[in-house]
Amino acid sequence: MTKNKYSLFSLIKHAFSYHENWEKAWKDPEPKKEYEVIIIGGGGHGLATAYYLAKKHDIKNIAVVEKGWIGGGNTGRNTTIIRSNYLWDASAGLYDHALKIWEGLSQELNYNVMFSQRGVMNLAHNLQDVRDLKRRTHANRLNGIDAIYLNTEQVKKFCPIINTSPDIRYPVLGGTLQRRAGTARHDAVAWGYARCADKMGVDIIQNCEVKGIKRNGDSVEGIETTKGFIKTKKIGVVAAGHSSVIANMAGLKLPLESKPLQALVSEPVKPIIDTVVMSNAVHAYVSQSDKGELVIGAGTDDYVSYSQKGSHDIVEGTLNAILELYPIFSRMKMLRQWGGIVDICPDASPIISKTSIKGLYFNCGWGTGGFKATPGSGDLFAHTIANDEPHKLNAAFNINRFVSGDLVDEHGAAAVAH
Amino acid sequence: MTKNLRVKTSKFIDETYKISFKFNGTTYYGYKGDTLASALLANNIHLVGRSFKYHRPRGIMTAGSEEPNAIVQLHNNTSRTEPNVRATEIEIYEGLEASSQNCWPSVNFDIGGINNFLSPVLPAGFYYKTFMWPANFWEKYEYFIRKSAGLGKSPTLPDPDIYEHRYIHCDVLIIGAGISGIMAAKTAARNGFKTLLVDEKPYLGGSTIYQNSEHFKINNQISSSWLEKEINEIKKIENLEIKTRTSVAAYHGYNFLLAKENLTDHIPLEQRNNKTRQRLLKIRAKKVITATGSLERPLIFDNNDRPGILLSSALEKYANLFGVACGEKNILFTNNDSAYETAISLYQKGINIEAIIDNREEIDSKLIKEIERNNIKIYKGYTVVDTSGYKRISKISIMQLSKDGQKVIGSKKSISCDCLGISGGWTPAVHLFTQSGGKLKFRDEDQVFIPDKYPLNQISIGSCNGDFTLDEILSNIHKTLKEFLNIKETDYENLEVYSSFNKSKRNIWLLPSDKLIGKTKPFVDYQNDATAKDIKLALREGFRSIEHVKRYTTTGMGTDQGKLGNMHALGIISETSGSKMGELGTTTFRPPYTPLTFGTIVGRNVGEYFDVFRKTPIHDWHIENKAEFENVGQWKRAWYYPKDGENMHDAVQRESKAARDSAGILDASTLGKIDIQGTDASEFLNRVYTNAWSKLAIGKCRYGLMLNEDGMVYDDGVTTRLDENHYIMTTTTGGAATVLGKLEDYLQTEWPELDVYLTSVTDHYATVSVCGPNSKKIVSQVIPDLDFSDENFPHMSFKNAKISNIKCRVMRISFTGEHSYEINIQANYGKSVWEKCMEVGKEFNITPYGTETMHLLRAEKGFIIVGQDTDATMTPIDLQMDWIVSKKKYDFIGKRSLYRSDTIREDRKQLVGLLTENPNEVLEEGAQIVADIKKTPIEMLGHVTSSYYSPNLKKSIALGVVKGGKNMMGKKLVIPMENKQINVTVADPVFLDKENKRLNA
Amino acid sequence: MFIINCPYCGKREQSEFKAGGEAHIVRPKQPTELSDDQWAEYLFMRKNIKGIQFERWVHTHGCRKWFNVVRDTSNDVIKAVYKMGEKPPTK
Repeated sequence: MTKNKYSLFSLIKHAFSYHENWEKAWKDPEPKKEYEVIIIGGGGHGLATAYYLAKKHDIKNIAVVEKGWIGGGNTGRNTTIIRSNYLWDASAGLYDHALKIWEGLSQELNYNVMFSQRGVMNLAHNLQDVRDLKRRTHANRLNGIDAIYLNTEQVKKFCPIINTSPDIRYPVLGGTLQRRAGTARHDAVAWGYARCADKMGVDIIQNCEVKGIKRNGDSVEGIETTKGFIKTKKIGVVAAGHSSVIANMAGLKLPLESKPLQALVSEPVKPIIDTVVMSNAVHAYVSQSDKGELVIGAGTDDYVSYSQKGSHDIVEGTLNAILELYPIFSRMKMLRQWGGIVDICPDASPIISKTSIKGLYFNCGWGTGGFKATPGSGDLFAHTIANDEPHKLNAAFNINRFVSGDLVDEHGAAAVAH
Repeated sequence: MTKNLRVKTSKFIDETYKISFKFNGTTYYGYKGDTLASALLANNIHLVGRSFKYHRPRGIMTAGSEEPNAIVQLHNNTSRTEPNVRATEIEIYEGLEASSQNCWPSVNFDIGGINNFLSPVLPAGFYYKTFMWPANFWEKYEYFIRKSAGLGKSPTLPDPDIYEHRYIHCDVLIIGAGISGIMAAKTAARNGFKTLLVDEKPYLGGSTIYQNSEHFKINNQISSSWLEKEINEIKKIENLEIKTRTSVAAYHGYNFLLAKENLTDHIPLEQRNNKTRQRLLKIRAKKVITATGSLERPLIFDNNDRPGILLSSALEKYANLFGVACGEKNILFTNNDSAYETAISLYQKGINIEAIIDNREEIDSKLIKEIERNNIKIYKGYTVVDTSGYKRISKISIMQLSKDGQKVIGSKKSISCDCLGISGGWTPAVHLFTQSGGKLKFRDEDQVFIPDKYPLNQISIGSCNGDFTLDEILSNIHKTLKEFLNIKETDYENLEVYSSFNKSKRNIWLLPSDKLIGKTKPFVDYQNDATAKDIKLALREGFRSIEHVKRYTTTGMGTDQGKLGNMHALGIISETSGSKMGELGTTTFRPPYTPLTFGTIVGRNVGEYFDVFRKTPIHDWHIENKAEFENVGQWKRAWYYPKDGENMHDAVQRESKAARDSAGILDASTLGKIDIQGTDASEFLNRVYTNAWSKLAIGKCRYGLMLNEDGMVYDDGVTTRLDENHYIMTTTTGGAATVLGKLEDYLQTEWPELDVYLTSVTDHYATVSVCGPNSKKIVSQVIPDLDFSDENFPHMSFKNAKISNIKCRVMRISFTGEHSYEINIQANYGKSVWEKCMEVGKEFNITPYGTETMHLLRAEKGFIIVGQDTDATMTPIDLQMDWIVSKKKYDFIGKRSLYRSDTIREDRKQLVGLLTENPNEVLEEGAQIVADIKKTPIEMLGHVTSSYYSPNLKKSIALGVVKGGKNMMGKKLVIPMENKQINVTVADPVFLDKENKRLNA
Repeated sequence: MFIINCPYCGKREQSEFKAGGEAHIVRPKQPTELSDDQWAEYLFMRKNIKGIQFERWVHTHGCRKWFNVVRDTSNDVIKAVYKMGEKPPTK
């Protein structure tokens, strides 16, 4: 590990050999015949799962199979917001676990994931928003999560470019601020985990599409892929928008719908907004990347689609809201827009769970907000797979909650966009 | 610097119209028709900006929307400032002020230039490998990184301009008005198709229109003359709409396209007021013809980015279209015939050409022969290996290429110059085609991606389809149009075409150098400073996919979206990794094709048009009486009516007291109203509400609770039986639309056998609610003909009545616990009924109250507000409203969910009343409730949902939900606030008049 | 944005409609007879198909009628529309 350590020193050293001698960040192996655990899906969550399986649970024979290229799904398409100011205890526990790992992740992975704690502010635009945000702030405080409620003047002070005039259609009545929250560099998260997992012997197999799940009665036996059959007794599925597709292969139905989620960036400009601002009532959230682009998240369409394209109405509606709150951006230009496919649970909370099939585990349903959970999700899913039972932090996120009714309803209960 | 490089002028430039403009504070002159780029070049200015990462001096590179370098800030520090404007696109106007970006203190001396010397330690992705020590210092590094990144500056003032949308439905949309587009437009329109032709340029005719060479002829005329006549003809066709300065930004499914029409960016600022700046065209086309042309490729060699290095086609365009020489000592460097076209154009205009460097060794081309006749030195089989000159190219070094093109041989030779035109051949502009879902194929012979499979009713013609020579283009157009438009003939069947262009090309993605690649800087993405060695580094480090390489090196991520360099990036990956181009695929071309202002996308949906304002028929009265308003959904509801000097608290206390002591009046018009008719109406209500409806007598009202299928409370309201088969349902204000939608869904999809009709009548009626002990006295004066005795008109009943001949419905229902009436009358009479009540009620001190007082009054009675006292996790049982859940009914929406293992738990959160130890202390809504403050982790039992100071009870009251609260009556709990703890006691949620005596008072 | 051919109004822009999820999930006639598992199956479990999906749409800003759509969710191409109660097309 030390030999290949990334640092300013190593950059200078390699400059003398014109950077000709850098090692591969990860290898490109052909699949072995059998693995102890196979992770389906090489996004941030999947790679993190493999990394923690190897690191914390001493499992060495692990493969991550990825249909395309690692980090190419929602990991590389999201607006990179990280926060943990969730309402319910279960959610707060899950996301704050992740946030704590984020805080040391660059050092742990020796890969700069650029976690930047520039704060996340959620705005209230009507009296019920105010009640909901205060409720959440109180809950956060008692759960040990840093979150404060701001009045309109404090909102303005923290982010002066927001239009806080009382005369706008939906005036800003207040907001919450989590200072430990912020953003990270999405690609780096996938690449950093991949590099470390690879160093610990995990096989990262790209361009390998899963075509079937082989079962023997109630247990799994392996996966059929475009690179042939691979045997295993444990499969962790972390396929985001395609979770149902994999579930169907195993004869399972999940409480998921996959929908297009869109995002866009502006042309890069010098620093103009130094935090992340989210608004649920007028659906808009915005931050600025280190490159200078305004990064703007839009909502999902209401229909199931795997086409990675949403409708223009959604983008238009989002920018309407952006200009309502930031009229100064009217002459800024949209540089690029894109879509991803997100899998959404009815209660807008994820599933990190065993299933009725032995050896088959699902980590899915992250909807529009999975990126922030990446390290925590990987850690807890690894625990669940290794021990065949959930960690106490993900116990509430089992599939059975849809039967019992014990939902973790972040959807209806919290006026918060993800 | 102030040399004039305007040569023989062009007919596209109006020399009689001189325009002054400022660049970096200095005043220059150009002519009408100039772009900022052509005007700067005419003034011999190449250095326009600094690059993103290394802050290298950069000049104008192209003459179009693909420009990566020459991007400027317009009108800095004004409300019309705009960052990142391409100098090659903006037309100059009197008073234009542009400045360089991403440089400090100036473009000539930029401190950031130090990055160029640090470049050895700043390879692709260096930031992933460093800034990790000391831990937690990233944000400090980041502060400086952010400052040095970014290009222009965001505006900081509101935009004075207006934008709009226009919907266009046409039979045929043609994108691009070059020679192919013009021909297609004429053919389509002449055959009766309603046709729209758009082009991003201010003129028609594409690159053919400024051709002036004997080497390209159509029907024995010089191609531009021929085309000019065609253009004149199409301008007269009626069913053809032509839009210039209009660029198609996005091509979505189902032939839905977005285009931006620029209307005022080319006129002086003072003439722009009250004019629409840009218009977003939302185009639905039955058929789309893409004729977007092609983009010239640069060549990739060491230091290929210096100011003074332009695309060869740009030199031609600046000479022919703008009459501008880009340099006095020009050299062309090419791997194909295009540069010779440029050369001919240049010397026709008297512009000096020092030499032409051609990768190819043997070329049999008429164009080349003509050049040779003019004694211009051609270095065949040579390549440029390096260039010199910091702020302007001064010299190139050339060497001979080996047979296989892999290395350079022989000795190095230097040629001095002040301008270098480069041509690496052409790339079809397939961006829109792929956006539409089209699939590309790779053509090996000239290394281009061309359209293959079309998903929609569309076709690509001309060079965007990979037809690069005039004869190819013209012969294919005829055939393609006939088939695509399903027509018999076109005007272009027997065109005589003469073209001297030889298609041969020697394609080398990365030209060899005499130096180690690590020591060179061959730029692939100019704006983002991504070089060929960065791409090779990424591949060495295991990044294989084109998307990985793109992200790791940032190639193609600039404001030009890699229009110039993406193909080279692919080529270098292909050569380095040994995989075939066709198999590598391309990166995704994402919309928009060229950046689109937010203002254009938003159009008029700003300010007051951001969202609908819904106002009740009584709204004006509330305004006149100084009400403060609350947003409830799209409605503006009167919140409270402050009298002189009152704050909200004082007003609400006064209003609440008046309503209980004498009379209050509320505008309840916003409540949703659904008219339900049909022989199965009662059965329908049985199925949608938790309680039973069949036995409700005509003329009676009943409160109902509606659940979601998951058992959670969804909406509530009072429904009245108007007749045997006729009900009127009220919903919450915010829930009106979704409740109607849900009811329609069940009715149409689950219970189509029911004879029920639903009509939303929310906007048809105004609702005036009068409550309080004196309400009867007031309402009976307003409606003198109605018998208001308790026997005739008891609580929870309704009467048809008339006010001055106008029919109205009067319900005796109460949300305050007071004796109260609701008058529902045709909306346009609402205000007069309200005013009548006010007039009659004067002697009883009738007091208008808003939503805040309404909330307080109902809380005193323990009535819930759905959405405030419930979230999506509360069942009716949790609300302690077991009485409203029919045990007898076989089924209703959500019933089954009430019996799941979690919903039957006894210790769920349940609605309770809360009383503070200190009666003057009002709890904060949203505050959390705990039993044991010392327990860790602290266990939150629930939260405060509603909280008020009750002037009637003279104490603070609150509603809240508490785990197991049902069995906690009298128990002491704690509300832990940030700076204190508040002791509360669990109480009955009905704080006032438990016996409901006031209803009949 | 799609064009949806409303069986009552004809071709209209997608923004006039709202999607209502997977079609042909019939509400159980006797919910009280079902186990929690069976009820959950009705309530929450979805095929969420990538490919040809039968789904419900409503013409919200039009006739307000619900109807069924056959759409390929992998590329959003609509294959057929049919009224509520009509048999789904087999091909």
